[in-house]
Amino acid sequence: MVQSLHYLKESASQTAGPYVHIGLAPGDAGFDIYRRELGRDITGPNAQGTRITVTGTVTDGTGAPVKDVLIEVWQANAAGVYPGAGEVEEGFRGWGRVIPDFDTGVFEVKTVKPGAVMGRNGRLMAPHLNLWLVARGINVGLNTRMYFGDEAAANAADPVLGLIEQAHRRQTLVALADGNRYHFDIRLQGDPETVFFDV
Amino acid sequence: MTPAELYQRNREWHPPAYAPDYKTSVARSPRNALLSLQGSMSELTGPTFGHNDIDPLDNDLIRNYAQSGDPIGERIIVHGRVLDENARPVPNTLVEIWQANAGGRYRHKKDTYLAPIDPSFGGCGRTLTDADGQYVFRTVKPGAYPWRNWVNNWRPAHIHVSVFGAAFAQRLITQMYFEGDPLIAKCPIVQTIPDKRAVDQLVAALDLNATVPLDSIAYKFDIVLRGHRSTFFENRPEGN
Repeated sequence: MVQSLHYLKESASQTAGPYVHIGLAPGDAGFDIYRRELGRDITGPNAQGTRITVTGTVTDGTGAPVKDVLIEVWQANAAGVYPGAGEVEEGFRGWGRVIPDFDTGVFEVKTVKPGAVMGRNGRLMAPHLNLWLVARGINVGLNTRMYFGDEAAANAADPVLGLIEQAHRRQTLVALADGNRYHFDIRLQGDPETVFFDV
Repeated sequence: MTPAELYQRNREWHPPAYAPDYKTSVARSPRNALLSLQGSMSELTGPTFGHNDIDPLDNDLIRNYAQSGDPIGERIIVHGRVLDENARPVPNTLVEIWQANAGGRYRHKKDTYLAPIDPSFGGCGRTLTDADGQYVFRTVKPGAYPWRNWVNNWRPAHIHVSVFGAAFAQRLITQMYFEGDPLIAKCPIVQTIPDKRAVDQLVAALDLNATVPLDSIAYKFDIVLRGHRSTFFENRPEGN
Protein backbone atom coordinates (compact mmCIF):
# COMPACT_ATOMS: atom_id res chain seq x y z
CA MET A 1 0.00 0.00 0.00
CA VAL A 2 1.04 3.58 -0.56
CA GLN A 3 -0.28 6.87 0.68
CA SER A 4 -3.39 8.27 -0.96
CA LEU A 5 -2.88 11.30 -3.20
CA HIS A 6 -6.24 12.72 -2.11
CA TYR A 7 -7.01 14.34 -5.44
CA LEU A 8 -10.64 14.69 -6.36
CA LYS A 9 -11.85 13.64 -9.79
CA GLU A 10 -13.27 16.18 -12.19
CA SER A 11 -17.04 15.77 -12.51
CA ALA A 12 -17.75 13.87 -15.72
CA SER A 13 -19.23 15.89 -18.56
CA GLN A 14 -22.72 15.21 -19.88
CA THR A 15 -24.32 16.54 -23.04
CA ALA A 16 -25.93 19.97 -22.84
CA GLY A 17 -28.94 18.41 -24.54
CA PRO A 18 -31.44 19.91 -26.98
CA TYR A 19 -32.77 22.49 -24.54
CA VAL A 20 -29.48 24.14 -23.59
CA HIS A 21 -31.01 27.49 -24.55
CA ILE A 22 -33.40 27.37 -21.59
CA GLY A 23 -30.50 27.60 -19.23
CA LEU A 24 -27.93 29.64 -21.08
CA ALA A 25 -29.98 31.74 -23.50
CA PRO A 26 -33.65 31.59 -22.45
CA GLY A 27 -34.62 34.31 -24.92
CA ASP A 28 -33.82 31.85 -27.68
CA ALA A 29 -35.91 29.17 -25.98
CA GLY A 30 -38.82 31.56 -26.29
CA PHE A 31 -39.18 33.28 -22.90
CA ASP A 32 -37.80 36.20 -20.95
CA ILE A 33 -36.79 35.59 -17.38
CA TYR A 34 -33.58 37.47 -16.57
CA ARG A 35 -33.07 41.22 -16.37
CA ARG A 36 -30.04 40.65 -18.57
CA GLU A 37 -28.90 37.55 -20.39
CA LEU A 38 -25.19 36.92 -20.23
CA GLY A 39 -23.02 36.59 -23.30
CA ARG A 40 -25.06 38.73 -25.68
CA ASP A 41 -22.33 41.37 -25.99
CA ILE A 42 -18.71 40.26 -26.31
CA THR A 43 -17.03 43.64 -26.56
CA GLY A 44 -19.04 46.31 -24.76
CA PRO A 45 -19.35 49.83 -26.22
CA ASN A 46 -15.79 51.03 -25.63
CA ALA A 47 -13.79 48.34 -27.39
CA GLN A 48 -10.99 49.60 -29.64
CA GLY A 49 -10.10 47.95 -32.91
CA THR A 50 -11.88 46.73 -35.99
CA ARG A 51 -15.53 45.72 -35.68
CA ILE A 52 -16.05 42.41 -37.44
CA THR A 53 -18.85 39.97 -38.19
CA VAL A 54 -18.27 36.24 -38.48
CA THR A 55 -20.91 34.00 -40.03
CA GLY A 56 -20.91 30.29 -40.57
CA THR A 57 -22.59 26.96 -40.01
CA VAL A 58 -21.80 23.99 -37.84
CA THR A 59 -22.46 20.75 -39.71
CA ASP A 60 -22.59 17.13 -38.60
CA GLY A 61 -21.16 14.02 -40.22
CA THR A 62 -24.06 13.80 -42.68
CA GLY A 63 -23.57 17.41 -43.80
CA ALA A 64 -26.69 18.67 -42.05
CA PRO A 65 -26.53 21.92 -40.07
CA VAL A 66 -26.40 21.53 -36.28
CA LYS A 67 -29.15 24.00 -35.49
CA ASP A 68 -29.24 23.41 -31.74
CA VAL A 69 -25.55 24.06 -31.08
CA LEU A 70 -24.44 26.70 -28.59
CA ILE A 71 -21.01 28.24 -29.15
CA GLU A 72 -19.07 30.17 -26.54
CA VAL A 73 -16.43 32.62 -27.67
CA TRP A 74 -13.42 33.71 -25.57
CA GLN A 75 -11.03 36.24 -27.00
CA ALA A 76 -8.46 38.93 -26.28
CA ASN A 77 -9.10 42.56 -27.13
CA ALA A 78 -7.55 44.34 -30.10
CA ALA A 79 -4.34 44.84 -28.10
CA GLY A 80 -4.07 41.09 -27.45
CA VAL A 81 -5.02 41.31 -23.76
CA TYR A 82 -7.45 38.92 -22.12
CA PRO A 83 -9.77 40.35 -19.44
CA GLY A 84 -8.36 39.44 -16.06
CA ALA A 85 -4.81 39.24 -17.41
CA GLY A 86 -4.31 42.97 -17.92
CA GLU A 87 -6.06 46.27 -18.58
CA VAL A 88 -8.89 46.13 -21.10
CA GLU A 89 -11.53 48.64 -22.13
CA GLU A 90 -14.34 49.29 -19.64
CA GLY A 91 -17.11 46.80 -20.41
CA PHE A 92 -14.97 44.49 -22.54
CA ARG A 93 -15.87 40.96 -21.41
CA GLY A 94 -14.19 39.04 -24.21
CA TRP A 95 -16.74 36.29 -23.85
CA GLY A 96 -20.05 35.63 -25.50
CA ARG A 97 -22.62 33.07 -26.51
CA VAL A 98 -23.65 32.46 -30.08
CA ILE A 99 -26.76 30.60 -31.15
CA PRO A 100 -27.51 29.83 -34.80
CA ASP A 101 -30.80 30.61 -36.43
CA PHE A 102 -33.07 27.67 -35.57
CA ASP A 103 -34.32 27.42 -39.17
CA THR A 104 -31.13 27.82 -41.18
CA GLY A 105 -28.40 26.89 -38.69
CA VAL A 106 -26.38 29.98 -39.66
CA PHE A 107 -24.65 31.70 -36.74
CA GLU A 108 -23.34 35.24 -36.54
CA VAL A 109 -20.69 36.62 -34.18
CA LYS A 110 -20.34 40.37 -33.79
CA THR A 111 -17.12 41.38 -32.08
CA VAL A 112 -13.79 43.15 -32.58
CA LYS A 113 -10.81 41.50 -34.18
CA PRO A 114 -8.47 40.37 -31.40
CA GLY A 115 -4.78 41.17 -31.39
CA ALA A 116 -1.96 38.64 -31.36
CA VAL A 117 -1.39 37.04 -27.95
CA MET A 118 1.88 35.83 -26.45
CA GLY A 119 1.91 32.06 -26.40
CA ARG A 120 4.11 29.54 -24.68
CA ASN A 121 7.88 29.95 -24.71
CA GLY A 122 7.71 33.49 -25.98
CA ARG A 123 6.14 32.58 -29.32
CA LEU A 124 3.44 34.94 -30.51
CA MET A 125 0.08 33.40 -31.42
CA ALA A 126 -1.75 34.83 -34.44
CA PRO A 127 -5.06 36.57 -33.71
CA HIS A 128 -7.75 34.01 -32.96
CA LEU A 129 -11.09 33.37 -31.29
CA ASN A 130 -11.32 30.46 -28.85
CA LEU A 131 -14.53 28.52 -29.39
CA TRP A 132 -16.30 25.94 -27.24
CA LEU A 133 -19.21 24.00 -28.73
CA VAL A 134 -21.92 22.17 -26.84
CA ALA A 135 -25.07 20.52 -28.15
CA ARG A 136 -27.24 17.45 -28.04
CA GLY A 137 -25.02 14.55 -29.09
CA ILE A 138 -21.79 16.25 -27.96
CA ASN A 139 -20.75 14.45 -24.79
CA VAL A 140 -17.83 16.70 -23.85
CA GLY A 141 -17.74 20.30 -25.07
CA LEU A 142 -15.49 20.68 -28.12
CA ASN A 143 -12.68 23.24 -28.10
CA THR A 144 -11.40 24.79 -31.30
CA ARG A 145 -10.01 28.10 -32.58
CA MET A 146 -10.86 30.43 -35.41
CA TYR A 147 -7.96 32.21 -37.11
CA PHE A 148 -8.25 35.00 -39.67
CA GLY A 149 -7.68 34.48 -43.39
CA ASP A 150 -6.17 37.94 -43.82
CA GLU A 151 -3.35 37.16 -41.36
CA ALA A 152 -1.42 34.74 -43.57
CA ALA A 153 2.04 35.65 -42.25
CA ALA A 154 1.00 35.49 -38.59
CA ASN A 155 -0.88 32.25 -39.18
CA ALA A 156 2.17 30.69 -40.84
CA ALA A 157 4.20 31.42 -37.68
CA ASP A 158 1.48 30.41 -35.22
CA PRO A 159 2.73 27.71 -32.83
CA VAL A 160 -0.68 26.07 -32.42
CA LEU A 161 -1.47 25.83 -36.13
CA GLY A 162 2.06 24.52 -36.50
CA LEU A 163 1.22 21.59 -34.21
CA ILE A 164 -1.26 20.25 -36.73
CA GLU A 165 0.69 17.51 -38.42
CA GLN A 166 -1.40 17.32 -41.58
CA ALA A 167 -0.80 20.77 -43.04
CA HIS A 168 -4.00 20.78 -45.10
CA ARG A 169 -6.08 20.44 -41.92
CA ARG A 170 -4.81 23.82 -40.65
CA GLN A 171 -7.15 25.48 -43.11
CA THR A 172 -10.13 24.14 -41.16
CA LEU A 173 -9.28 26.73 -38.48
CA VAL A 174 -8.88 29.72 -40.81
CA ALA A 175 -11.87 31.93 -41.62
CA LEU A 176 -12.30 33.35 -45.12
CA ALA A 177 -11.88 37.13 -45.06
CA ASP A 178 -14.00 39.62 -46.98
CA GLY A 179 -13.21 43.06 -45.58
CA ASN A 180 -14.65 43.20 -42.08
CA ARG A 181 -16.71 40.09 -42.65
CA TYR A 182 -15.44 36.58 -42.17
CA HIS A 183 -16.89 33.19 -42.98
CA PHE A 184 -16.11 30.20 -40.79
CA ASP A 185 -17.77 26.80 -41.05
CA ILE A 186 -17.23 24.13 -38.41
CA ARG A 187 -17.52 20.50 -39.41
CA LEU A 188 -17.94 18.14 -36.46
CA GLN A 189 -17.20 15.06 -38.53
CA GLY A 190 -16.21 14.11 -42.06
CA ASP A 191 -14.09 15.76 -44.69
CA PRO A 192 -12.78 18.35 -44.02
CA GLU A 193 -13.31 17.76 -40.32
CA THR A 194 -12.46 20.75 -38.13
CA VAL A 195 -9.46 20.31 -35.85
CA PHE A 196 -10.57 20.11 -32.21
CA PHE A 197 -8.26 20.40 -29.24
CA ASP A 198 -7.79 18.56 -26.00
CA VAL A 199 -6.94 21.61 -23.90
CA MET B 1 2.55 36.20 -16.42
CA THR B 2 0.71 33.10 -17.57
CA PRO B 3 -1.72 31.66 -15.01
CA ALA B 4 -1.05 28.22 -13.56
CA GLU B 5 -1.56 25.28 -15.86
CA LEU B 6 -4.24 22.66 -15.30
CA TYR B 7 -4.12 18.97 -14.64
CA GLN B 8 -4.66 16.95 -17.77
CA ARG B 9 -8.33 16.21 -18.31
CA ASN B 10 -8.84 12.49 -17.77
CA ARG B 11 -10.53 11.47 -21.00
CA GLU B 12 -11.12 7.95 -19.71
CA TRP B 13 -13.29 9.38 -16.92
CA HIS B 14 -15.42 11.45 -19.31
CA PRO B 15 -17.72 9.93 -21.92
CA PRO B 16 -16.17 9.33 -25.33
CA ALA B 17 -17.38 11.56 -28.17
CA TYR B 18 -18.67 8.54 -30.06
CA ALA B 19 -21.09 6.56 -27.92
CA PRO B 20 -23.37 4.68 -30.33
CA ASP B 21 -26.05 3.78 -27.77
CA TYR B 22 -26.63 7.52 -27.52
CA LYS B 23 -27.55 7.79 -31.18
CA THR B 24 -27.21 11.52 -31.67
CA SER B 25 -23.52 11.27 -30.82
CA VAL B 26 -22.87 9.12 -33.89
CA ALA B 27 -22.95 11.95 -36.46
CA ARG B 28 -21.81 14.65 -34.04
CA SER B 29 -18.55 13.10 -32.86
CA PRO B 30 -15.23 13.97 -34.51
CA ARG B 31 -13.50 10.98 -36.11
CA ASN B 32 -10.02 12.42 -35.83
CA ALA B 33 -8.18 12.44 -32.53
CA LEU B 34 -8.29 15.65 -30.51
CA LEU B 35 -5.02 17.57 -30.80
CA SER B 36 -3.42 17.88 -27.37
CA LEU B 37 -2.59 21.47 -26.54
CA GLN B 38 -0.56 22.69 -23.60
CA GLY B 39 -2.21 25.64 -21.90
CA SER B 40 -1.50 29.18 -23.10
CA MET B 41 -3.17 32.45 -22.12
CA SER B 42 -6.03 31.49 -24.42
CA GLU B 43 -6.92 28.43 -22.36
CA LEU B 44 -5.80 29.46 -18.87
CA THR B 45 -7.70 32.73 -18.63
CA GLY B 46 -11.48 32.91 -18.65
CA PRO B 47 -14.47 35.19 -18.20
CA THR B 48 -15.46 36.42 -14.76
CA PHE B 49 -18.84 37.47 -13.44
CA GLY B 50 -20.01 39.64 -10.58
CA HIS B 51 -23.10 40.37 -8.57
CA ASN B 52 -24.01 43.14 -11.03
CA ASP B 53 -24.54 40.47 -13.67
CA ILE B 54 -27.29 38.59 -11.85
CA ASP B 55 -30.20 39.27 -9.52
CA PRO B 56 -30.76 37.86 -6.04
CA LEU B 57 -33.89 35.97 -7.14
CA ASP B 58 -32.13 34.25 -10.05
CA ASN B 59 -31.30 31.18 -7.91
CA ASP B 60 -34.91 30.68 -6.78
CA LEU B 61 -36.74 28.75 -9.51
CA ILE B 62 -39.88 28.68 -7.37
CA ARG B 63 -40.12 32.47 -7.57
CA ASN B 64 -38.09 33.68 -10.52
CA TYR B 65 -40.84 33.05 -13.06
CA ALA B 66 -43.91 32.77 -10.84
CA GLN B 67 -46.93 34.24 -12.62
CA SER B 68 -49.78 33.11 -10.37
CA GLY B 69 -48.49 31.36 -7.27
CA ASP B 70 -45.87 28.68 -6.87
CA PRO B 71 -45.09 26.04 -9.48
CA ILE B 72 -46.46 22.52 -9.11
CA GLY B 73 -44.09 19.89 -7.79
CA GLU B 74 -41.93 18.61 -4.99
CA ARG B 75 -40.12 21.57 -3.46
CA ILE B 76 -36.39 20.96 -3.24
CA ILE B 77 -33.20 22.72 -2.30
CA VAL B 78 -30.09 21.85 -4.31
CA HIS B 79 -26.89 22.95 -2.67
CA GLY B 80 -23.23 22.05 -2.66
CA ARG B 81 -19.77 23.33 -3.37
CA VAL B 82 -17.73 23.89 -6.48
CA LEU B 83 -14.27 22.47 -5.80
CA ASP B 84 -11.20 21.78 -7.88
CA GLU B 85 -9.27 18.51 -8.04
CA ASN B 86 -7.06 19.78 -5.23
CA ALA B 87 -10.23 19.98 -3.08
CA ARG B 88 -9.94 23.77 -2.94
CA PRO B 89 -13.14 25.79 -3.19
CA VAL B 90 -13.78 27.67 -6.45
CA PRO B 91 -15.15 31.04 -5.29
CA ASN B 92 -17.21 33.63 -7.22
CA THR B 93 -17.83 31.35 -10.15
CA LEU B 94 -21.03 31.35 -12.18
CA VAL B 95 -23.26 28.29 -11.82
CA GLU B 96 -26.23 28.05 -14.19
CA ILE B 97 -28.90 25.34 -14.14
CA TRP B 98 -31.84 24.36 -16.31
CA GLN B 99 -34.42 21.64 -16.04
CA ALA B 100 -37.85 20.29 -16.97
CA ASN B 101 -40.85 21.03 -14.77
CA ALA B 102 -42.41 18.50 -12.40
CA GLY B 103 -44.24 16.85 -15.31
CA GLY B 104 -41.07 16.43 -17.36
CA ARG B 105 -41.74 19.27 -19.82
CA TYR B 106 -39.25 21.98 -20.74
CA ARG B 107 -40.32 25.55 -21.38
CA HIS B 108 -38.73 25.43 -24.82
CA LYS B 109 -40.41 26.07 -28.12
CA LYS B 110 -38.88 22.84 -29.45
CA ASP B 111 -40.23 20.60 -26.65
CA THR B 112 -43.55 19.04 -27.64
CA TYR B 113 -43.96 16.40 -24.90
CA LEU B 114 -47.61 16.10 -23.87
CA ALA B 115 -47.00 16.99 -20.22
CA PRO B 116 -48.22 20.57 -19.67
CA ILE B 117 -46.15 23.72 -19.36
CA ASP B 118 -46.38 25.11 -15.83
CA PRO B 119 -47.34 28.80 -16.07
CA SER B 120 -45.32 29.55 -12.93
CA PHE B 121 -42.14 27.70 -13.80
CA GLY B 122 -39.40 28.94 -16.12
CA GLY B 123 -36.89 26.19 -15.42
CA CYS B 124 -33.60 28.06 -15.24
CA GLY B 125 -31.52 29.69 -12.55
CA ARG B 126 -28.04 31.06 -11.92
CA THR B 127 -25.91 32.09 -9.00
CA LEU B 128 -22.33 32.83 -7.98
CA THR B 129 -20.48 30.62 -5.51
CA ASP B 130 -19.44 32.32 -2.29
CA ALA B 131 -15.90 32.60 -0.95
CA ASP B 132 -16.11 28.98 0.21
CA GLY B 133 -17.35 27.69 -3.16
CA GLN B 134 -20.90 27.19 -1.85
CA TYR B 135 -23.98 27.60 -4.00
CA VAL B 136 -27.68 27.01 -3.43
CA PHE B 137 -30.81 26.84 -5.59
CA ARG B 138 -34.45 26.35 -4.71
CA THR B 139 -36.61 24.63 -7.29
CA VAL B 140 -39.05 21.78 -7.84
CA LYS B 141 -37.93 18.27 -8.61
CA PRO B 142 -38.00 17.71 -12.38
CA GLY B 143 -40.00 14.83 -13.80
CA ALA B 144 -38.68 11.97 -15.90
CA TYR B 145 -39.60 12.21 -19.56
CA PRO B 146 -39.48 10.08 -22.70
CA TRP B 147 -37.11 10.80 -25.55
CA ARG B 148 -36.45 9.33 -28.95
CA ASN B 149 -33.33 7.22 -28.97
CA TRP B 150 -34.62 3.75 -28.82
CA VAL B 151 -38.42 3.85 -29.03
CA ASN B 152 -38.82 3.52 -25.29
CA ASN B 153 -36.15 5.62 -23.56
CA TRP B 154 -36.78 7.69 -20.43
CA ARG B 155 -34.46 10.28 -19.01
CA PRO B 156 -34.03 10.01 -15.24
CA ALA B 157 -34.96 13.16 -13.35
CA HIS B 158 -32.02 15.52 -13.86
CA ILE B 159 -30.87 19.10 -13.67
CA HIS B 160 -28.38 20.45 -16.22
CA VAL B 161 -25.47 22.31 -14.62
CA SER B 162 -23.01 24.71 -16.26
CA VAL B 163 -19.90 25.93 -14.41
CA PHE B 164 -17.04 28.21 -15.43
CA GLY B 165 -14.08 28.11 -13.04
CA ALA B 166 -11.21 30.53 -13.59
CA ALA B 167 -9.89 29.20 -16.91
CA PHE B 168 -11.75 28.69 -20.17
CA ALA B 169 -10.30 25.16 -20.21
CA GLN B 170 -12.14 24.38 -16.95
CA ARG B 171 -15.49 25.03 -18.60
CA LEU B 172 -17.89 22.20 -17.81
CA ILE B 173 -21.48 21.24 -18.49
CA THR B 174 -22.87 18.17 -16.78
CA GLN B 175 -26.10 16.80 -15.33
CA MET B 176 -27.16 16.16 -11.76
CA TYR B 177 -29.22 13.07 -10.99
CA PHE B 178 -31.17 12.14 -7.86
CA GLU B 179 -30.34 9.44 -5.34
CA GLY B 180 -32.43 6.31 -5.72
CA ASP B 181 -33.70 6.88 -9.26
CA PRO B 182 -33.98 3.51 -11.05
CA LEU B 183 -33.83 5.20 -14.46
CA ILE B 184 -30.18 6.24 -13.98
CA ALA B 185 -28.92 2.75 -14.75
CA LYS B 186 -31.17 2.52 -17.84
CA CYS B 187 -30.27 5.84 -19.47
CA PRO B 188 -28.05 5.75 -22.58
CA ILE B 189 -26.86 9.31 -21.91
CA VAL B 190 -25.78 8.48 -18.35
CA GLN B 191 -24.24 5.27 -19.59
CA THR B 192 -21.97 7.11 -22.05
CA ILE B 193 -19.80 7.51 -18.93
CA PRO B 194 -17.61 4.42 -18.84
CA ASP B 195 -16.75 4.32 -15.12
CA LYS B 196 -19.54 3.71 -12.62
CA ARG B 197 -17.71 5.78 -10.01
CA ALA B 198 -17.94 8.76 -12.34
CA VAL B 199 -21.69 8.18 -12.65
CA ASP B 200 -22.05 7.97 -8.86
CA GLN B 201 -20.29 11.33 -8.62
CA LEU B 202 -23.17 12.87 -10.61
CA VAL B 203 -25.87 11.54 -8.29
CA ALA B 204 -26.91 14.08 -5.67
CA ALA B 205 -27.45 12.70 -2.18
CA LEU B 206 -30.57 13.27 -0.15
CA ASP B 207 -29.45 15.71 2.56
CA LEU B 208 -31.91 15.81 5.41
CA ASN B 209 -29.69 18.25 7.32
CA ALA B 210 -30.28 20.91 4.67
CA THR B 211 -34.04 20.58 4.39
CA VAL B 212 -36.42 23.32 5.45
CA PRO B 213 -38.71 21.34 7.80
CA LEU B 214 -42.34 21.23 6.67
CA ASP B 215 -41.37 23.09 3.48
CA SER B 216 -38.59 21.75 1.20
CA ILE B 217 -36.50 18.58 0.94
CA ALA B 218 -32.81 18.92 0.04
CA TYR B 219 -30.14 17.32 -2.13
CA LYS B 220 -26.40 17.97 -1.97
CA PHE B 221 -24.38 18.09 -5.17
CA ASP B 222 -20.69 18.95 -5.21
CA ILE B 223 -19.11 19.80 -8.55
CA VAL B 224 -15.41 19.26 -9.23
CA LEU B 225 -13.48 21.26 -11.84
CA ARG B 226 -9.97 20.59 -13.10
CA GLY B 227 -7.22 21.51 -10.66
CA HIS B 228 -4.32 23.90 -11.18
CA ARG B 229 -0.79 22.54 -11.22
CA SER B 230 1.82 23.72 -8.78
CA THR B 231 4.92 24.89 -10.57
CA PHE B 232 7.78 23.67 -8.39
CA PHE B 233 10.54 23.91 -10.99
CA GLU B 234 10.30 25.67 -14.33
CA ASN B 235 11.86 23.43 -16.94
CA ARG B 236 11.69 25.94 -19.73
CA PRO B 237 11.77 29.59 -18.78
CA GLU B 238 9.72 32.12 -20.76
CA GLY B 239 11.67 33.23 -23.82
CA ASN B 240 13.52 30.00 -24.50
